[in-house]
Amino acid sequence: MFTPLEYEFFVRGLIVATLVGGLCGLIGVYVVLRQMSYIGHGLAHAIFGGAVTSYVLSVNFFLGASLWGFVSAMLINMASRRRSISADAAIGIVTTSSFALGIALISRFRNFTRSFDAALFGNILGITQADMLAIVAVTLIAAVAVFVGYKYLLFTTFDYEVAGFYGVPTGWIDAGFALLLAAVIVVSLQVLGVTMIAAAMVIPPVAARLLTNDFNRMLMLSVVIGAFCGLGGLYMSFYIDVSSGASVVLFSAAVFLVALGYTTLLNRLNSSRWRAGASNLGGEAESLH
Amino acid sequence: MLHPTPHEYESEEPIVELRGVTSGYGGSPALESADMAVNRGDFVGLLGPSGSGKTTLLRTILGAVDIYEGDVIVEGRSIADQRPRIGYVPQIETIDWNFPVTVEQVVMMGFTSSRWWLPWRRRQDYERALEIMERLGIADLAKRHIRELSGGQQQRSFLARALVGSPRVLLLDEPTSGVDIKTRDEVMHLLDELNHQDVTIIMTTHEINSVAAHLPWVVCVNGRIVDSGPPGRIFTPEVLKRTYNADIVVTEYMGMKLVAESPHFFGRNGNGRGKSRHAHSHKAEEA
Repeated sequence: MFTPLEYEFFVRGLIVATLVGGLCGLIGVYVVLRQMSYIGHGLAHAIFGGAVTSYVLSVNFFLGASLWGFVSAMLINMASRRRSISADAAIGIVTTSSFALGIALISRFRNFTRSFDAALFGNILGITQADMLAIVAVTLIAAVAVFVGYKYLLFTTFDYEVAGFYGVPTGWIDAGFALLLAAVIVVSLQVLGVTMIAAAMVIPPVAARLLTNDFNRMLMLSVVIGAFCGLGGLYMSFYIDVSSGASVVLFSAAVFLVALGYTTLLNRLNSSRWRAGASNLGGEAESLH
Repeated sequence: MLHPTPHEYESEEPIVELRGVTSGYGGSPALESADMAVNRGDFVGLLGPSGSGKTTLLRTILGAVDIYEGDVIVEGRSIADQRPRIGYVPQIETIDWNFPVTVEQVVMMGFTSSRWWLPWRRRQDYERALEIMERLGIADLAKRHIRELSGGQQQRSFLARALVGSPRVLLLDEPTSGVDIKTRDEVMHLLDELNHQDVTIIMTTHEINSVAAHLPWVVCVNGRIVDSGPPGRIFTPEVLKRTYNADIVVTEYMGMKLVAESPHFFGRNGNGRGKSRHAHSHKAEEA
């Protein structure tokens, strides 16, 4: 069990995967409760286009891709607030176009020295010092943003329209959330890959939701489950020799199944206890006659 | 049954006033040239068919729709200058009941924009929320998930959220829709109590006989304000025809004006078969 810890790259990967898992679990609560699960998937694809464009234009990757992701998220928001365009159609248009731009640029400029396979499927070996710093910075920013904006985020997530009636600046909250979401996806790309980010953002909050009816507990549980899945997934990737993104997602899916099994069993037990209680009451009533 | 008692306040200054307001969404007006004055302590019901602009009227007062013409004055100030301090209770049918929030968390949302710079809630806020929940009889449900409550308790939770900010005006969008008779009565009695504690109430409703007929004042809306006044004066076939674009029979029962429908059947008509027909069929008429 401790063998992988002898490798420095693995320890670094372990820290990064745990942080990214927890980060995706945190932001994922809002993504899932806002019923935007598909946006995480779409935005990751859009950011891929931004990443390639930043590379071609020699712009800093984190800056270029985050800005691209933010603009994409705002475009999706703006388009879906129009009555004639549904949210899923808006996501489909914006993100697929952006992803297509990335693919077009790759095929146009074939002299790429950077591997985009890692961005697609995740590769913990490719984590640089700069990536690690960016992950730590975004994790801290996300934690502070969720703490400071807690009451605003909760109200807008629960009832967007009514929150506006109560004086919550919903437009600014949307913009801030879009920026944060874009930053989280950008720093998670290297670890999880474009194709796997959505699952890492959706599975921990959904598993947490199964376990609690309380928002604060769901927030904490989702972070813990996400971090645990990042840690466990990376360990698994070492032993079964698969990409980090796929391994984290498979591990998360297993955790989700456990949570689902646990809650199903608990519900059945409660129902049978209730039935037993009811039949006991019936028996007592009969004996009274 | 409920009969909210009109009560007098010294001031006759309107607490909510619409002056020639045309409002709507994305360039298309849903409410035109609306003039309305609601005095402090009033309990007003907005009546009208679906899509007539009742909800738009509520949102106009909240400043949540585009106002193309006219002005809305709340507590003596134009809402264009200052966001009004108004409590709002949405239709409970629009709530996501699977959202993981407890009653207390819902009620605390009412404090969101007060002290915007403070990320956490103060002890005074919790005390105030508890006080309101106790007043509405839901304090012992504070830690329960909102889905676990009855219709009346759910309505009380959202009322509590609207009341924690101590608003003098309360707007409710169909507070009695989708609830059973007992809950409806419970909700209306609660609103009557609040009204007697100096809260001005404006609510939309589709229920003419069971809700609107018992209110002291109704406003009929159909793209514009058709008429307003006490139900005894407003419930006439003429006003209701202009409001609903349909012939409505008005009858009187124990001094109250009520609307009636001419009896007719849909589908099965007594023998288990046949198309819909009116109770007073041609045969009956012939006989």
